[in-house]
Amino acid sequence: MAYRTYLMVCAGTGCVANQSMKVRDKLVAEITKRGLQNEVAVVTTGCNGFCAVGPILVVQPEGIFYQLLKETDIPYLIEEHLLKGRPVKELLYTPPLEKTPIPKMSDIPFFADQTLIVLRNRGLIDPENIDEAISRGAYEALAKVLTTMTPEQVIKEIKESGLRGRGGGGFPTGIKWETCRNAHGDPKYIICNADEGDPGAFMDRSTIESDPHAVIEGMCIGAYAIGSPEGYVYIRNEYPIALERLKTALKQARDYNLLGKNIFDKGFDFDIRVVRGAGAFVCGESTALMASIEGKTGEPRAKYVHTVERGLWDKPSCLNNVETWANVPQIILNGAQWFANIGTGDVSEDPWGGSKGTKVFSLSGKVNNTGLIEVPMGITLRKIIFDIGGGIKDGKKFKAVQTGGPSGGFIPESLLDLAVDYEELTKVGSMMGSGGMVVTDENNCMVDMAKYFLTFTQEESCGKCIPCREGTKRMLDILEKITNGEGTEEDLVLLEDLSNMVVESSLCALGGSAPNPVLTTLKYFREEYEVHVRDKKCPAHACKKLITYNIDPEICVDKGHGCDVCRKNCADGAITGETKKVHAIDVMKCGRCGICLDVCKFDAIYVE
Amino acid sequence: MDAQTIDGIIERHPQDPSSIIQVLLDIQNELYYLPKDVLEYVSKRLGVPMSRSYHLATFYKAFSLKPKGKYPIAVCTGTACHVQGAMKIYDQISRELHITEGERTADNRFSIESVRCLGCCGLAPVVTVGKNLHGKIPVAKVNKILQQYK
Repeated sequence: MAYRTYLMVCAGTGCVANQSMKVRDKLVAEITKRGLQNEVAVVTTGCNGFCAVGPILVVQPEGIFYQLLKETDIPYLIEEHLLKGRPVKELLYTPPLEKTPIPKMSDIPFFADQTLIVLRNRGLIDPENIDEAISRGAYEALAKVLTTMTPEQVIKEIKESGLRGRGGGGFPTGIKWETCRNAHGDPKYIICNADEGDPGAFMDRSTIESDPHAVIEGMCIGAYAIGSPEGYVYIRNEYPIALERLKTALKQARDYNLLGKNIFDKGFDFDIRVVRGAGAFVCGESTALMASIEGKTGEPRAKYVHTVERGLWDKPSCLNNVETWANVPQIILNGAQWFANIGTGDVSEDPWGGSKGTKVFSLSGKVNNTGLIEVPMGITLRKIIFDIGGGIKDGKKFKAVQTGGPSGGFIPESLLDLAVDYEELTKVGSMMGSGGMVVTDENNCMVDMAKYFLTFTQEESCGKCIPCREGTKRMLDILEKITNGEGTEEDLVLLEDLSNMVVESSLCALGGSAPNPVLTTLKYFREEYEVHVRDKKCPAHACKKLITYNIDPEICVDKGHGCDVCRKNCADGAITGETKKVHAIDVMKCGRCGICLDVCKFDAIYVE
Repeated sequence: MDAQTIDGIIERHPQDPSSIIQVLLDIQNELYYLPKDVLEYVSKRLGVPMSRSYHLATFYKAFSLKPKGKYPIAVCTGTACHVQGAMKIYDQISRELHITEGERTADNRFSIESVRCLGCCGLAPVVTVGKNLHGKIPVAKVNKILQQYK
């Protein structure tokens, strides 16, 4: 049945956490109450990407974008928009520092500057309904491959497109497939890595949540090209919504015989099993991931023999991540040349000669528009952060952007015009990684950030090889010394030496890239390290041991009239004073929790 | 957890040693920890030496050998939450409840752990208490949130 209006409610993890399901229920109730149920349909969609302003509702076909909805907004919204035909201004999106709202989704800068391939269906379909995916072209590429192409032609197409692994390494996908196809051993396995362990990254989760069939179809096409009867999706246990949607999608695909025996009556058999990861960052490494599927601890092995030759159960295995698989159907449908036209460099001679297509990033941290974005390769960091991201929160000053998660590095302001592609990011000491992009401002301390990432990799080091196990531990010790104000000039030299040692001698990429956050901050923000060591100060006021909280007596009395709120809220009893009189903090008692700074309405509290 | 329930969980998966992680995850999701006798039973059923099951249970972060509180608190310390001051929130909860990583309060009400990225970075800093999610919380609101569960 066709409806006059579709209310697309975002049901991505961010919006669901913001109670979008209550908004949906209220919409349904209001529509039924007003007898509109035959004219207006409520659809729950996957992640729209603009997580900063959730819960999100898009009214189609006009494409009117509502944000930050509450249950209580709904009756008025239905009344105004659906009955009287005028969008509710107060609930529309208004860019920071501007006054006029932008009603249409496609006009909002956050969406307007994106190029969608992997996320092309986001917000447009119900991910739990295969018919909606099919109406948007899902499984068309699979049909094309099975009916008109040989496996060799499929591999050739992928090679020519220039598609490279989106999980971080950037290995040319076509070459991987070809090597796996030619490897000896039977059966061969297809694996999808959906174990997004990078803290601050949620691209793969969103892709599965909004369009699971794109991933399944990509895997089917890969299986046909390589000659594999069985695939695995290795997915994070912490992603309950993605997990459920994937299982639903697999079941629906099986019911339609798009998975299973004799697909499209072409004698091609393929099915997919879901295996949950149990929380280990190192399982992003191919050999560790495969060990985990086998029910073992995820410890990498030396790769004298690659996993495409001997991987899962010692059989040839082709591992790609969610985003890589989701690109495949579109390449097959639109052709290699279409894909190769987007991005940088030239891949016709050298498969490593450029970065093609788009990349999905999760943009977070101190930007106004946090969320999930898909941009063409070659876009500048500045465009991502200041146009799509809408600039830095609260008018603060940009400091650095961190790409590539714990394996990546920090990129300073002077390099913001850098084009985002595999080689360029590696050149400046960072990497593409899986696509985490965390923006920091002047209030973030670079030593603290380096310590943060190293704490993570140190915890996640599997312990098999000594350089990573012991090296990262000693590096962390030094960073703690520095942030505690006990560091020396020699420590900085030692830290750099150790970093290079860990990079060179670790067994796998986890250790090999763990020092990147340290090395890049030492390179671009050495002055900040030196202030910690020399002056025992933290210029960003972030390192707890190096700061004191103080009260400006004049502001406290003149503006705040000694309001006494800070004293009442202080957890340590460190603040003295009474109403209408000046207040003071006892530095010895102060636990530096920051509550007083939060509760003072007069900005009388300052940190030095 | 009785033997029958565990058998039911085991039967959802292929009956061989490769399923051990999946079985333990199902149990962890229900009990929020892996009691010793349950771990022993699963090891026996799947033919995995106890030493290896213990290795798995301590290697992977999803598993816990200690029981959690009635309201397990998870403080997200993913990168986005970290830059928005997640450690301040963590320290405040830890100070208020007198527990540190992996511990449970004396009245078994709360336990605390830091987790890496709950995937809603737009809401940073984020804390989950039981099944409820609290986002964009200032340090000053921490005690108020805990009060709701006392």
